[in-house]
Amino acid sequence: MNKKPTLYEEIRAKGHSRRDFLKFCGTIGAMMGLQASGVAQIVKALESKSRIPVIWLHLQECTCCSESFIRSSHPIVADIVLDKISLDYTETLMAASGHQAEKSLHDTMEKYHGEYLLMVEGSIPTENDGYCCIGGKSAYEILNEAAEGAKAIIAWGNCASAGCVQAASPNPTGAKPVHKVIKGKPIINVQGCPPIAEVMAGVVIHLLTFDRIPQLDALGRPKAFYSRRVHDTCYRRPNYDAGLFVQSFDDENAKRGYCLYKMGCRGPNTYNSCGVIKWNNGVSFPIQSGHPCIGCSEANFWDNGPFYQHLQSFPGFGIETTADKIGLGLGVVTGVGIAAHAISTNIRKRKMIQKGIKKSDSQTN
Amino acid sequence: MKNQVKTKIITEEYVWQLPVRFYHWINAMCIIVLSVTGYLIGNPPAIQSAAEASFSYWFGVVRFIHFIAAFLFFFNFAFRIYWGFVGNKYSRWYHFIPFKKKQWVEILQVLKIDIMQVTNKPLVSVGHNSLASLTYFLTFIVFLLQSLTGFGLYAAMSDSWFPQLFVWIVPILGGDMGIRNIHHILMWFFILFAVVHVYLVAYHDYIERNGVTSSMIGGWKLVNKEDLKQE
Repeated sequence: MNKKPTLYEEIRAKGHSRRDFLKFCGTIGAMMGLQASGVAQIVKALESKSRIPVIWLHLQECTCCSESFIRSSHPIVADIVLDKISLDYTETLMAASGHQAEKSLHDTMEKYHGEYLLMVEGSIPTENDGYCCIGGKSAYEILNEAAEGAKAIIAWGNCASAGCVQAASPNPTGAKPVHKVIKGKPIINVQGCPPIAEVMAGVVIHLLTFDRIPQLDALGRPKAFYSRRVHDTCYRRPNYDAGLFVQSFDDENAKRGYCLYKMGCRGPNTYNSCGVIKWNNGVSFPIQSGHPCIGCSEANFWDNGPFYQHLQSFPGFGIETTADKIGLGLGVVTGVGIAAHAISTNIRKRKMIQKGIKKSDSQTN
Repeated sequence: MKNQVKTKIITEEYVWQLPVRFYHWINAMCIIVLSVTGYLIGNPPAIQSAAEASFSYWFGVVRFIHFIAAFLFFFNFAFRIYWGFVGNKYSRWYHFIPFKKKQWVEILQVLKIDIMQVTNKPLVSVGHNSLASLTYFLTFIVFLLQSLTGFGLYAAMSDSWFPQLFVWIVPILGGDMGIRNIHHILMWFFILFAVVHVYLVAYHDYIERNGVTSSMIGGWKLVNKEDLKQE
């Protein structure tokens, strides 16, 4: 037998009953979109496997991914995923600090070389080594060192997956997502600002149970959670198809709960599980609370603004200028051009036209 | 030169074959429908209604028409490319790309005669002139971009294999939002193109008196016999 306790043993030691444990496996299996037999696989995996060593790096970020994760609604998620699976090294939550923390990081990297999971929160500054320098090392160095012996990398949130607000124009720190810095390692982009706690847990459980990377979409996001648009799972969708839109936040249509498309909702362009899993123990999600989706699980969502209009501003023409305004302007210019050209034609080609008319007259006479 | 004009013999030439004419009008119809429905999808009108969503579907219908027209537009466009390889000499693909010096010279001539109007020297051109051809080549590129971005967006709403052929465009531009914006900006290219195109047809009919407008209906143009030999 394993010297280390299995995850199931650790869960039981924490005081959870077997019934609680099975309920947890069922819940997470459903969220991952598994069939019933998949739940049995989760049970078996947790009963037989011991915890995975994890290094959790905090680079240029705001810790909202960690915050989301520790607020995962299911108590076992918090217990096993946080207390048991992770945290061989995580600056924010570990007890050790300074040299002890650094030692813990190196111990994990050496002892579990090729086995540990690397979880990255935050983007990597590339402009200057001084940005996000931890223990005398640049974020770039730390990440490269940690990625070298990692089994797989999970990029938490928009920062690690796409750069988020730090990479928004003008991107002063040269912030880059993990997949642009690290090559040759499997990288899972768990998108969102922050990602939904249950999605984060689901990805970890998937890796634990099946010992392989979940199916990913073209942007490296797990398909189980990011294959559908928020729009397609939105309960306000029938209003969209019926052409019933909120025009302003204080109008009658807003009260009736119509579609927020005209308020700039990014639901039609955003792939996430907000409409299904929702937030805070399934209580609500932004659209349910009357606010349009801002598209936080999509790359460049800060630059695709303004948030409260659907057509984004045209680059280089100021915040309020959309393609429609520019198009209309060009239309007017074209109209003026055509009028000028028509006048010019009748002046400059007058002789030619007159000659033709005269010729035609003389032929008929 | 004066003599040349006086002695010119006008003859009829079958320039636009039936498939080219069909392509043109189907394309024109699709572009009108796509632009109108596309604009509505981007900026739906404000409707105040006390009705429940389940009683109405007009926005869904607008989108449906847009998608149907898009399929028609795409396959019509694909057909025109095919016809560029099998059609008559006026419809061949190599006319649309200025490979030869002669074509660039003609582009400059057209700019001088018709756009800047600094000379009235007549131009030898039976089908499209070289500047028009180059412009149509650019529109073909925009057609392609519009199809790629459009079907790339549509792929998320369809299980059918055809739109799935376009999903690769999404990661290149980072996501649906950027693609949507490009798709919307290009719509304005179509609108501006249509305005200028219709004006220039009227202009050429007025100046050159060769029946260019009706040529896209019947296929025949009135041309100088000398020009026909030079083509």
